Amino acid sequence: MSDTSAVSSSSAPPEPVPPRPSVLTRALAAPGLLPAVSFIAIVAIWEISCLLFNIPSYILPAPSRIAGGFDAIPITRWLDHVWGTLRVALIGYFASIAIAIPIAISLARSELLSRAFYPMLVVVQSTPVVAIAPIIIVGLGSGDLPRVVITCLITFFPLVVSTTTGLMATPPELIELSRSLRAPVWREITQIRLPFAIPYIFSALKISVTLSVIGAVVAEFVAADKGLGYLIQFSTSMFKIQQAWAGLVVLVLMSLVLFQAVVAVQRIWFPWSLPKEK
Amino acid sequence: MTIPPATIRFSGVGQVFRTRTGTVEALRSVDMSIDRHEFVAVLGPSGCGKSTLLRLTSGLLKPTRGTVEVFGLEITEPRDDIGIVFQRPTLLPWASIEDNVVFPVRHKTGRVTTQDRETARALLEKVSLKGFENRLPDELSGGMQQRVGIARALFMDPDILLMDEPFSALDALTREEMGFELLRIWEDRPKTVMFITHSIGEAVLLADRVLVMSERPGIVVENLKIDLPRPRNMETSNHKLMHDYVGHLRSLLLKRAA
Repeated sequence: MSDTSAVSSSSAPPEPVPPRPSVLTRALAAPGLLPAVSFIAIVAIWEISCLLFNIPSYILPAPSRIAGGFDAIPITRWLDHVWGTLRVALIGYFASIAIAIPIAISLARSELLSRAFYPMLVVVQSTPVVAIAPIIIVGLGSGDLPRVVITCLITFFPLVVSTTTGLMATPPELIELSRSLRAPVWREITQIRLPFAIPYIFSALKISVTLSVIGAVVAEFVAADKGLGYLIQFSTSMFKIQQAWAGLVVLVLMSLVLFQAVVAVQRIWFPWSLPKEK
Repeated sequence: MTIPPATIRFSGVGQVFRTRTGTVEALRSVDMSIDRHEFVAVLGPSGCGKSTLLRLTSGLLKPTRGTVEVFGLEITEPRDDIGIVFQRPTLLPWASIEDNVVFPVRHKTGRVTTQDRETARALLEKVSLKGFENRLPDELSGGMQQRVGIARALFMDPDILLMDEPFSALDALTREEMGFELLRIWEDRPKTVMFITHSIGEAVLLADRVLVMSERPGIVVENLKIDLPRPRNMETSNHKLMHDYVGHLRSLLLKRAA
């Protein structure tokens, strides 16, 4: 007995063996499984509550009835509505990026410009887009242009603010290195400042892409003859509540897909800009 | 017979910074010179304007009073023959180690030649980072990242190397190792070095001469020649003169702090 204890004490202390996780814990560790389970649970509770408490469908239709709302419209009409909203959202989103990044660069470059225009940006951001949308439509007619402008207005503030912050967050040593090399300023921006701003730009891109869908829908509420926002408004006015809910579900899915697309772009082309996984 | 000009010469240099709350006098009046291929450590309490000396030498900063000369010419803008190593490695997180080393030429000219890449690989071998060329900075330890920072500063083969507390973020053991490695590189390819530090031991162990700065507004209060044999190594730490130098500098700094 004493021999064995001497041997074991002279060798390295034994690794503490963690308790084996239960089957349930291990199954739930699979990525995406837990949110899927909770989602299904909530839909199930929703469905059962509607049946159990006899909730009228104009207050809250059961998920099964919403699914029925999809059938009321042919698939080609659906695609037409989806494309109507998606096109405006995407054009507005990319136009907004094209405007916001040069503005952010000039704001970061010049304290004077920043002092002169920053308050104006805040004013633009403080203007409720829903309130300004009808005014813009009156001014710019009922084509795509006013809808794109509305989408731009709602998406562009987070992009400008976040990109400017990112451009200013560059390590000062690298700016000194750039100055000590007497490199042209545009290379300081393209080779140092913009890449360092990438994490900031992507966090704004993620926010703005969902905002762009909101912008497109708000524009459709005011004036449109297709699009998901139009569909929802049209359906409610006709008291087709299930159909309106179906439109809402498609809108949510569109936002989610767009958001995940931005996440995927960052993961594929800018993996170094992601927060470290511990 | 002409006396060869010192590589770096400060004459009556004063530096005043304007801040939001008023003005700060960083340097009162600094007179000093560093000879060609001399290794000079600048020692002083934090916030004494040591880094200001370095920025003045690099040409990133213009002195409020006095003149800073490099190779006999008053410095008015950054020069090509000066390399800087910062306290933090500040590498580009998206670029490979090799791309980080060639960054100065890409940034200055927009082009990188195969010759540049060979130079970079040779430098990486010299700083013991062979085989890490294609890694990203994140995958390296702090000490290894700072070696990349040194390789980047050496890339343009500068005559003057300015180092701003380059090893202060490293653990004690790595720090000592890096010091000797720096000396090996310096002995292999002599350069004029201005080495800012707040470690007395490090200053004595590495330098030919130690300049001690007072607290703000900074002046040079001591100019101590270090007569320790070269090449220096672990043995040097036990040299009997080492203790005298360290003791002298410590009592000087303590007296001033009191």
